[in-house]
Amino acid sequence: MHLVYPAVLAALLFCTGLYGVLARRNAILVLMSVELMLNAVNLNLVAFDVWLRDELHAGQALTLFTIAIAAAEIGIGLAIVLQVHRNRGTADVDRLRDLRDDAPDAGSDTERADREEKAEAAA
Amino acid sequence: MTGTGTTVLAAQAHGFLSPTGVEVVFLLVGLVTLGAAVVTVTTKQLVHAALWLVVALGGLAVEYLLLTAEFIAWVQVLIYVGSVVVLLLFGLMLTKAPIGRSPDADSGNRWAALGVAVAAAAALVWVVADAFRTTWIGLDGDAPQGTTKVSGEILFRHWVLPFEALSVLLLAALVGAIVLSRKRGKEEKR
Repeated sequence: MHLVYPAVLAALLFCTGLYGVLARRNAILVLMSVELMLNAVNLNLVAFDVWLRDELHAGQALTLFTIAIAAAEIGIGLAIVLQVHRNRGTADVDRLRDLRDDAPDAGSDTERADREEKAEAAA
Repeated sequence: MTGTGTTVLAAQAHGFLSPTGVEVVFLLVGLVTLGAAVVTVTTKQLVHAALWLVVALGGLAVEYLLLTAEFIAWVQVLIYVGSVVVLLLFGLMLTKAPIGRSPDADSGNRWAALGVAVAAAAALVWVVADAFRTTWIGLDGDAPQGTTKVSGEILFRHWVLPFEALSVLLLAALVGAIVLSRKRGKEEKR
């Protein structure tokens, strides 16, 4: 089999998941799109493992680890989403904007640049 | 060196215009998988999105089988289709997702998201196709690659420590999920 087929399929699946993460509004749908992206990576890992005929089968072992970590991630993520829904009454990521900079036009340009510099320094 | 040489020769011997049976099946299942993934991220009905995700993940399991990674395929079916999708459906129910079409399933920046996704897809597919267009995977080798025996041997011979660390991580995630979703009765009473 040509390696191009699984590689291209993985790239397209990843971009589908990317679109879902960026465009979806419900947090659970965002989690579904993240699962799609993780699966694209898994397909790449398996395909390259089979191609390279690795002695340690690192690709397949890493795929199993990714699947387990994805399961852990979905559990924690859903717990957080449920908690947010219980506290706020919504699971829409668009409405969770407590950390948003509320008044983008309030400060002058120099002030904003100063703030951004501070944020970069803190990061 | 001889291995790569034979791979290149094999790739030249195998053109794209005369696909093998495995490749045809892989392409068809890949189309179904991709279509299901696209429906998952575009449908307006939230529960249908989870059900189409089952199709996409099951298609990926078939792709793993075609790539001779047998054990991974069954793990995929067990964990993803069996538990992750069920968890997602439970999450949809517990957050009182609307049954039927919900017009606000997509946020306002979907066109920007579409632009980003299409640009990323074009770049990735171009690079990947350019880099690996002559690479050939020999699937019918003498040594089995992904049977349960091989996977178990490598997992418990070479990857024991990461495996055990992963079980600790899963336990931590389990405890964390319970702690997060527990109702805080005592603190509210105080």
